[in-house]
Amino acid sequence: MEDVIIIGGGVIGCMTLRYLSRYKLSLRLIESHNDLASGATMANSAIIHAGYDPEPGTAKAYFNVRGCGMYPALAKELDFLYRPLPSLVVAFSEEQMATAEALRTRGEENGVEKLEVIGRERLLELEPNISDEAVGALYAPTAGIVEPWGAAIAAAENACDNGAKLSLGEKVIGMEKAGDGILVHTDKADYKARAVVNAAGVWSDKINDMLAPHIFDITPRLGQYYLLDRRTSGLVNNTLFACPTKEGKGVLLSPSVHEKLMIGPDAKAMPDRDLTPTDSAGLAFVKENAARFLKCPLPMNLNIRTYAGIRPTPSNGDFTVGRTPVEGFYNAAGIESPGLASSPAIGLELAEMIARDLGAEKNEDFNPFRRKQIRLNRLSEEEKKELIAREPGYASIVCKCEKVSEKEIVDCIHRNAGATTVKGVKKRVGAGLGRCQAGFCQPVVVNILARELGIPKDQVLYDDPGSEILLEKTK
Amino acid sequence: MISNPDLVIVGGGSAGMAAALEAKKRGIENILILETDPYLGGVLRQCIHTGFGLRTFSEDLSGPEYAARYIERIESEGIRYLLNTPVLEVRPDLTVIAISKEEGYLELHPKASIAATGCRERGAGTIAIPGTRPAGVLTAGTAQRYVNIEGYRPGKRVVILGSGDIGLIMARRLTLEGAKVLCVAELMPKSGGLKRNIVQCLEDFDIPLLLSTTVVEIHGKDRVTAVTLASVDENRTPILEKAWRVECDTLLLSVGLVPETELFSDAGAAVERGNGLTVDDHLMSTIPGLFGCGNAVKVHDLVDNVSLQGEKAGGFAAEYILGGK
Repeated sequence: MEDVIIIGGGVIGCMTLRYLSRYKLSLRLIESHNDLASGATMANSAIIHAGYDPEPGTAKAYFNVRGCGMYPALAKELDFLYRPLPSLVVAFSEEQMATAEALRTRGEENGVEKLEVIGRERLLELEPNISDEAVGALYAPTAGIVEPWGAAIAAAENACDNGAKLSLGEKVIGMEKAGDGILVHTDKADYKARAVVNAAGVWSDKINDMLAPHIFDITPRLGQYYLLDRRTSGLVNNTLFACPTKEGKGVLLSPSVHEKLMIGPDAKAMPDRDLTPTDSAGLAFVKENAARFLKCPLPMNLNIRTYAGIRPTPSNGDFTVGRTPVEGFYNAAGIESPGLASSPAIGLELAEMIARDLGAEKNEDFNPFRRKQIRLNRLSEEEKKELIAREPGYASIVCKCEKVSEKEIVDCIHRNAGATTVKGVKKRVGAGLGRCQAGFCQPVVVNILARELGIPKDQVLYDDPGSEILLEKTK
Repeated sequence: MISNPDLVIVGGGSAGMAAALEAKKRGIENILILETDPYLGGVLRQCIHTGFGLRTFSEDLSGPEYAARYIERIESEGIRYLLNTPVLEVRPDLTVIAISKEEGYLELHPKASIAATGCRERGAGTIAIPGTRPAGVLTAGTAQRYVNIEGYRPGKRVVILGSGDIGLIMARRLTLEGAKVLCVAELMPKSGGLKRNIVQCLEDFDIPLLLSTTVVEIHGKDRVTAVTLASVDENRTPILEKAWRVECDTLLLSVGLVPETELFSDAGAAVERGNGLTVDDHLMSTIPGLFGCGNAVKVHDLVDNVSLQGEKAGGFAAEYILGGK
């Protein structure tokens, strides 16, 4: 029997696992996909929102502001890609300036610090390319940008370094209360645990309903994005939002931690929770709405990828975090935006609650630091010199666009919560997310995975089972 | 230790090797070719079909044979090259920063440099094909590498979008390997591929070439299960009412090549609309002393022409160096 089972390996489940690993508890995380961070965590706006957006008094407001404040220190401990980057909510009319003002008031009520409503002059200093129509903005300097899947994987790896276990590619099909614990049935095995956490993202309504009274329904929504090459660097300096409307936060422009420019999302209901197709109408909507931010046309010729992500929008409008009427069963459910920003705070709060309920002691041996990941493309000249002299393997570049070395790829395969797929490598070291979109490096990554995992090349998967890249040997 | 070369050539493919040989012939002794891959010859290594060298050697050679002719000459001329040596940065003063397994971190200050970095393929992301993003969508050149170098077939039922030469070559190659190539869809009303490839790669194998046709949706969660094709009107807008679905496991893309010039444009060199390095009559870029040739300047149909331009660039770079500038 485990002490705690977490269902769902997105950023919420992984953060919860990590904070639980600070206690003397046996932990297991179950994820239906082949890799962590495969649902909502994989494709979203990658923004650590400051916290001016949620209604005061909501769980969203509470966790957003706390989570946002945790990121700078957490990113250092777990060594994931994060950068403080102010958000600007751009107003295009005096009426929208009033909205910006209202957002400031709301943010302050939520506990967000350093919010300012700025005029056009200051806005121009921050964003020289801003549209002539822009009259001012809400300035939120505590916001940030992150690699969402990197944060989730780093948290899980750190938890595993501290003793947690992962069951990937296992789908939970049922649960029942059994004596002093909860039985969790997956399509591959049965587990028992004293406590179970529902962090199942887009499936969190269904997982809740397996054991607890119905609370909410999830309406999966798709958001589509363009990703522009790093040659756009300098075009936009901060995350640019439009003033929110009834339809949501709307299309944004933001630099990514990979120095690309992210443009999106739209929002549309998606009946199939496992599919994230793009469509031309949605992409056209994104392009049209993004164009108004700047006085120059967006360099859409520098587009390197279009993609869509799914978001679990709950019918009750707020996060559902904490105990359920069923003893030992906890929810971290219905987590849509600002879930990414909130995730460390949700994980921390749940972990402390569960540890208290289970009477768990602190794990004195807990190591909060993940072993540093060497990223060649982020080193200074001097650091590169020193590294190559010491470890010539880092001079062997596999991904030419992002300058990712073979040694980094081998390392990410052999870590805890390591890569087992081509997409897993992309998520962990960034190979293939550049301008050639893996045209050059994918065959090399396939070879490295086959070699390191000891499998034939035609068994190397892109992502989930059934995603073989090569179908059979040539004649 | 690498002594500071007079001429650095970035890229050891057909353009770079030809440039090096010509510069040597013109009296430049201290030349260094920097190549990212573990071999010289660039993409020629995977082009095992023939049709190379008709102009340069008046012979019909395969890609590896064509490359071998140049590699032999590079060796016999004693021209230095470093493999596994990616260039990280080129600066406006021609400083070249590279890293090499053997030589470590390199900071070179040549008198002239030649951009011979070739090109990359446009992929599904660049052209924003709607639908899902499963395994089984790949560029023709990547597929060519899987088949010819790695020895694996990437698909059994294949639709090809774009009738560029690599796509046409791969239609034949995959057919010979036992795959069913269902059709080649071309957005334009006529193919941009060489006539000989259309005849020898499609017509001879009864593979339909569907002109004014494009892929409007990719289907499949883990692996491609189908694509939706549609004819396009004279503005290249798909006529969705007349779209049809083709069950397949692979979508091969041959939708254009983009010169790889970011290394040089990051240093401030001007590039053309199509991303090719801007060069003058002497193949010199807007950075004095930085020359360009081959597919990094303009995507060529024939490797012979790449070699010829490489030779010219090598000559101009030699003149520049010997002119004392």
